[in-house]
Amino acid sequence: MAGTGAGGNDVQWCFSQVKGAIDDDVAEADIISTVEFNHSGELLATGDKGGRVVIFQQETENKCQPLSRSEYNVYSTFQSHEPEFDYLKSLEIEEKINKIRWLPQKNAAQFLLSTNDKTIKLWKISERDKRPEGYNLKEEDGRYRDSTTITTLRVPVFRPMDLMVEASPRRIFANAHTYHINSISVNSDNETYLSADDLRINLWHLEITDRSFNIVDIKPANMEDLTEVITAAEFHPHQCNTFVYSSSKGTIRLCDMRASALCDRHSKLFEEPEDPSNRSFFSEIISSISDVKFSHSGRYMMTRDYLSVKIWDLNMENRPVETYQVHEYLRSKLCSLYENDCIFDKFECCWNGNDSVVMTGSYNNFFRMLDRSQRRDVTLEASRESSKPRQVLKPRRVCAGGKRKKDEISVDSLDFNKKILHTAWHPQENIIAVATTNNLYIFQEKVN
Amino acid sequence: SEALFGEAEPETKMISMEKAEEAKLKAKYPNLGSKPGGSDFLRKRLQKGKYFDSGDYNMAKATKNKQLPVASVEKTEITGDHIPTPQDLPQRKPSLVASKLAV
Repeated sequence: MAGTGAGGNDVQWCFSQVKGAIDDDVAEADIISTVEFNHSGELLATGDKGGRVVIFQQETENKCQPLSRSEYNVYSTFQSHEPEFDYLKSLEIEEKINKIRWLPQKNAAQFLLSTNDKTIKLWKISERDKRPEGYNLKEEDGRYRDSTTITTLRVPVFRPMDLMVEASPRRIFANAHTYHINSISVNSDNETYLSADDLRINLWHLEITDRSFNIVDIKPANMEDLTEVITAAEFHPHQCNTFVYSSSKGTIRLCDMRASALCDRHSKLFEEPEDPSNRSFFSEIISSISDVKFSHSGRYMMTRDYLSVKIWDLNMENRPVETYQVHEYLRSKLCSLYENDCIFDKFECCWNGNDSVVMTGSYNNFFRMLDRSQRRDVTLEASRESSKPRQVLKPRRVCAGGKRKKDEISVDSLDFNKKILHTAWHPQENIIAVATTNNLYIFQEKVN
Repeated sequence: SEALFGEAEPETKMISMEKAEEAKLKAKYPNLGSKPGGSDFLRKRLQKGKYFDSGDYNMAKATKNKQLPVASVEKTEITGDHIPTPQDLPQRKPSLVASKLAV
């Protein structure tokens, strides 16, 4: 049952929970900027524009009701990054959390990396459920006892206390990026990770904050020659020497760190050929890759550009093996999408646990589930109207033009301010987290 | 008609749609350069967050938060009599409020 077989369509998705305020007046700080499950799926982290991280924990299933699905409740929240101003360069450094990546769990504590545009931080989240009591020199409330009244000695003992979850910054990786960090990715070796900005990718050791190695540098000698920037980067899930990075021109480069210290020359270049006469003003902008994700198997990678999702076989560079249209009806709206800047929105994408279904967001709080194995797709909506407990989500349809059928919504009625940019899929189960502007929706597979 | 899963519109139709949109855009903005995604555009992207100086930045933040930097006026002070020190100026750092997701 856990994520196997059931695809995007045989699975019926139900509303489970929604987090966040209902009011329409959204404070900028509350805009969700990243969502990420940890490796077991027990924890779900969100980051927002205000630099805050909120972590939810899956409740252990209620033994009285074995069929009821467990819920995610707040586990910890902390201020990860604060706004800064670089006085030397007169540059604002936003506190917005661009990415969160969890480290695999090694001991009782949990660790995650969170990053804004310039600084990456390693956070330790630990539980405290007992405290020492029975000190000789102090009262329980901390006041010191009058030493003349102490006539006996006792050994302090640990006694249970209400669970306290503490987050503390263990490492701060700063001053290594001139440009804005778009990605972080933990290596399968669990010792190193990469951080990528618009022009460079750096390799760090998790224990060492005072230096990092530059492994990719695409900055041209003359900035007027600049033609493309790095948009995303990720380490291979199993091969610790391999990583990929995507560009604003729609290409993906796979690099092998064994080949050289500076991986400016790719080992593989993934690019779908295009007839130059078919290019329009918008071609390059809509081909810019906003996200790249390896499959869990490590055999494939998925890229998201403005209108489509592509699956690439790492063994085939000249074209993707699968291409899925996310919202093709927007192609006839590119002019207005350019004018309102929506054409530059960066949508993410994610795989389900067994790589059979992929998911990505769209506008009007719609999101798309693309079932690779069954060659079917569905459009669902995250809305307060469909948020009764265990309410099954109804498929949505967009009418591109011509006669609008009942239950369809026309392209011109779509709300382009309601974007789903960030989604995450539980690593094993059919549980998904979908972020609207300021709300986090959790949907689960219908249990009969 | 709605594009089906895995089946894009035929490429010729895609391109003609894009070119039609391009024509619309050029009609509105005749001075638009022909090479978007080129170096000017990218360089502007790399400059995100750049201000003229810290004063420019603080003014922008003040306007955004709809707060004007008003130093508290003490009745004993006479304008011009007191050179302000950093401690006198109001902190305009936004107060750290908990996320509404954590309620």
